[in-house]
Amino acid sequence: MQDVFLRTDHLSVGYKGKPLIEDICLSVKQGEILTLIGPNGAGKSTILKSIARELALIGGRVLLQDKDMGAMTLKEVSRRMSVMLTDRTRPEFMTCRDVVAAGRYPYTGALGILSEKDEKAVDEALCMVHGEKIAFQDFNSVSDGQRQRVLLARALCQEPEIIVLDEPTSFLDIRHKLELLEILRRLSREQGITVVLSLHEIDLAQKISDRVVCICGERIDSWGTPEEIFTEERIRTLYGIREGAYDPSFGSLELPPPAGDPRIFVISGCGTGIPVFRSLQRQGIPFAAGILYTNDVDYALARLTAAEVVAQEPFEEISEEALKKAFLLVDQCEQVIVTDFPIRGINERIRDLIGYARKKTLSFSNVLMYNT
Amino acid sequence: MTDSERTLTQSGYRREKLRRRSRYLLVFVLLFCTAVLLTVLNINTGSSPIPAGRILKILFTGQGDPAEYNVIWKLRLPRVFMAALLGGALSVSGFLLQTFFGNPIAGPYVLGISSGAKMTVALTMVLLLRHYSSVSALTLVGAAFAGAMLSTGFILLISGKVRHIATLLVAGIMIGYICSAVTDFVVTFAEDQDIVNLHGWSQGSFGGASGSDLRIAAVICGITLAAVFLLSKPIGAYQQGEAYARSVGVNIPVFRAALILLSGVLSACVTAFAGPISFVGMAVPHVIKRCLGTARPIIAIPGIFLGGAVFCMLCDLIARTAFSPLQLNISTVTSFFGAPIVIFMLLKGKR
Repeated sequence: MQDVFLRTDHLSVGYKGKPLIEDICLSVKQGEILTLIGPNGAGKSTILKSIARELALIGGRVLLQDKDMGAMTLKEVSRRMSVMLTDRTRPEFMTCRDVVAAGRYPYTGALGILSEKDEKAVDEALCMVHGEKIAFQDFNSVSDGQRQRVLLARALCQEPEIIVLDEPTSFLDIRHKLELLEILRRLSREQGITVVLSLHEIDLAQKISDRVVCICGERIDSWGTPEEIFTEERIRTLYGIREGAYDPSFGSLELPPPAGDPRIFVISGCGTGIPVFRSLQRQGIPFAAGILYTNDVDYALARLTAAEVVAQEPFEEISEEALKKAFLLVDQCEQVIVTDFPIRGINERIRDLIGYARKKTLSFSNVLMYNT
Repeated sequence: MTDSERTLTQSGYRREKLRRRSRYLLVFVLLFCTAVLLTVLNINTGSSPIPAGRILKILFTGQGDPAEYNVIWKLRLPRVFMAALLGGALSVSGFLLQTFFGNPIAGPYVLGISSGAKMTVALTMVLLLRHYSSVSALTLVGAAFAGAMLSTGFILLISGKVRHIATLLVAGIMIGYICSAVTDFVVTFAEDQDIVNLHGWSQGSFGGASGSDLRIAAVICGITLAAVFLLSKPIGAYQQGEAYARSVGVNIPVFRAALILLSGVLSACVTAFAGPISFVGMAVPHVIKRCLGTARPIIAIPGIFLGGAVFCMLCDLIARTAFSPLQLNISTVTSFFGAPIVIFMLLKGKR
């Protein structure tokens, strides 16, 4: 077991002496990644800014390895903690490397002249974020993704034990989001740097975090491991999701199913139904799906987007009951779509369903590659 | 990081370092040579031109025509050094304000700080000259400093309410107008002999500087500039944003107060000795940073001082000689060159 690295002790944070969130008790162990999630304006930034000492604490303490940060000197804190907040200053006439070099502040002498050792640390920080190629480009001329990486390098070259980041992935495209988070993960795993960050992307938060804190106005809603936090119900209530759904297994988000009784019945399996479901949902056509084993990926999506799903427990033959329910739905629908998937062994009775559908419906399509 | 990668970045960094150093060296050498040339030209030209040979003789041996000796030692030399010193101080003051507000379009003149200093100096002169025959230079600097701080205080109050730099500049210009109105009012009702003094001074000029004025100005500016130079490191961090500077350990309230005070002392000193001078504080830092290709304070501060010195020596030379025997106000010349640079900056800033 590692030791607790950062702990907040009944912390109250807010602006101008007015508490926004009170009684925050969090802790993160060395080398772990702690992620703050929650709706906009819930106070994620306020908490991070307070931990980073940009905001004065309203109450309570922040402890770094059981030592009150309020009692440490500015220099001591700056050698142990570095931050990357959402401050978008655009310094003029500075190359990316110059910006990174500013991170050596706590280590340089009175005039801030870099030693050979400092220069090496700057180069290493740049390498860590794959920023060698842009080292001598003007900081204002590089892309948002590159800029974020340079700012991360600046934070790294401060040689921190803990790094605090406020929404580091905002404004980045998916490639750069992934790259940035991968760098953070490497830092925590390989160098034992503790990471505290806030994220908007709950799907990514689920994958990168060791600990997750849900913040919802006034209080800490809940906190725990990603497995404890990322459940459908919790995310739904935390963000107040009324329309659509959250699927915890992959962290994906779905729009709500089209309203009304099902008009099309989709017979699919093994993931072949997913493009059909998506297409129908986009067109706003309510549909039914079946007969799907509950461990089929088609089921995972149909559950969230279909008006009705006929389900079957896995590794069993299709039951009479399920088949009857499916017949009933086929009767109600105007059209049946069958995708191309293997029918043999325990799902043999799908053939009965297909046969029934052929006879009963006006419109029957056998889809091999559904891409309209 | 593999070894080959490391050598690659190391060598890239060495090349870049060399490139930069040669650039800094070139700029500094050019500025220095121009400064020397302008000093000679400034001493040499005027209503009674003195050939270079005789100037050197008078400067180094102290022998020569007593009239020429007086012209050089009592008039032209103090004037050219005053122009250099105050021009440099004004530019550095502008650089500090630009750092403070995080915007390249800030300066002591446009923010109304020079006008504030002008107002208090005028008031002090009029009040004190009623009772005393003369006012000491230090008193005037003190008065100018009080005025500069008064205007700065207003600007800070406003900047607490509005974040937008354009609004802030408009506010600064308005403060400038108010202060100028008060100054004009005082001048209108001042007694005759005061006006003679006030009028020339309030238009801005490096003339009329005595050797003792120069010494006082040199001491004040020297100490202040040294302090500014020692602040290079936190200024560099502050250029990357206030929040960032705080996170690396800069004591922000103390630092901000220091910036305002130092910049106030510099612009007050300039205003007390030469009156309000426009555009130098705004334009020079920008041009120098562009020439050096860096805003790193440890390089930029000496560069900006030297640049301001050169700029004001040149402007003063033009002011003295362009329509000789008529002398132009120094601001007439500095505006003529400085304002287009600022317009250029505004256009560039839009990109």
